[in-house]
Amino acid sequence: MNYNWNWHIFLEPNPMGTGTYLDLLLSGLVVTVKVSVLAWIIALVTGSVIGVLRTLPSRTASWIGFCWVEFFRNMPLLVQLFLWFFVLPELLPKSAGLWLKQLPNAPFWTAAIGVGLFMSARVAVQLQAGITSLPRGQKQASTALGLTTVQTYRYVLLPMAFRIILPPLTSEFLNTIKNSAVAITIGLIELTGQARSMQEFSFQVFEAFTAATVLYLLLNFVVVTAMRYLERYVAIPGYITGK
Amino acid sequence: MMMLGNFDFDVIRRALPYLFFEGMRFTLTLTALAAFGGLVFGTLIALMRLSSYKWLGRIAGFYVDFIRSLPLVLVIFWFYFLVPYIGQWLTGASRPITVGAFASSLITFIAFEAAYFSEIMRAGIQSISKGQPAAASALGLTYAQSMRYVVLPQAFRNMLPVLLTQTIVLFQDTSLVYVLSIPDFLGAASKVAQRDGRLVEMYLFAALVYFVISCVASFGVRRLQSRIAIVR
Repeated sequence: MNYNWNWHIFLEPNPMGTGTYLDLLLSGLVVTVKVSVLAWIIALVTGSVIGVLRTLPSRTASWIGFCWVEFFRNMPLLVQLFLWFFVLPELLPKSAGLWLKQLPNAPFWTAAIGVGLFMSARVAVQLQAGITSLPRGQKQASTALGLTTVQTYRYVLLPMAFRIILPPLTSEFLNTIKNSAVAITIGLIELTGQARSMQEFSFQVFEAFTAATVLYLLLNFVVVTAMRYLERYVAIPGYITGK
Repeated sequence: MMMLGNFDFDVIRRALPYLFFEGMRFTLTLTALAAFGGLVFGTLIALMRLSSYKWLGRIAGFYVDFIRSLPLVLVIFWFYFLVPYIGQWLTGASRPITVGAFASSLITFIAFEAAYFSEIMRAGIQSISKGQPAAASALGLTYAQSMRYVVLPQAFRNMLPVLLTQTIVLFQDTSLVYVLSIPDFLGAASKVAQRDGRLVEMYLFAALVYFVISCVASFGVRRLQSRIAIVR
């Protein structure tokens, strides 16, 4: 392979004047983490609401939940980001659209909301599966005790369901981190974006992508380890994973 | 304010032949070939993971975990730059060979999807009761024959709905070749959008097309699933 390897490139100053190339990549990592965490919060909150809606006896509620999930699941994430970023400001009243377009850091917020809503559909499906996996007796017992629907979900069903679906939620969080890379298409310079700009500035393609790969692997490792601790901490006694 | 009154349906109508005969053809061909290749290599990886040779299983497991920890966008970039060098190494050429956009993205998606398909096939193979391969070897079938005629057909059949769902995901994911400025369906729509300054129309139309195709396909998978469920 006649490729000029140069691993020292990471310590050389980057043309942006923000330190070395390594600093460039690390700043990308910070953006990836920020976007992913924000998107994950959005996904968890909206996904939980939609997941609960899908399990309610009300026809309207489950229909809304169904439409939400189908809407966000059946379009590529990239297309959804384009809709939020390019199309939405045009469809809004002029002043609102202009405000959106001039928002500082618009790609960041669009990415967080876009990826968050995209992932919310998956969280909803997982939560629904978790709630329906609970024995019917739990809900019936709550009703017999005189709990309202809200109380039943708050004190009985959700605490159980969330613990059961913790492992799939971990992989959905990892998917959120990976999906944040799609935001490169609306101009967000996160980790993949910084690796790409390092490649364009320095022509050291493989060093740049190797570093980005290693950083993604590290991030994955940190999340998986943290979630394993959380799983052990909240495990339900009596279940296979319980104490 | 951009209301529906301003909505230019004509720009979509004029772009239709380009969008579908160029763009959608690229997307669908890539999806079909990548799904096929991903299934073939995915099955091989699954067999490696389940093989009695520990080191084979470890290599396969490492590959799957590695690919699954990376964003597809990064993998697309990796292969886009790496494939010319691999080609040079394979052919012994003196310079990195030029690889077309289609070949490059096909290799990327096969390598990427193989990791995901292998997990599905592994679950499928493990869902077959142990008595089946045992009976096969009692009948004198070799390992290859037992896999070919007994285990894999059943595993494939059991996992068909999941495999098809993964193919729908793949269909949506192929839109990411946009980062290489390749005119797949979305890339074609985006080209027209930028040429005519009609982002709203083209992106809404592209979203609608993806939505309808994915919805119809997942509806079909759900029906298939219920039909298979009755048989069992």
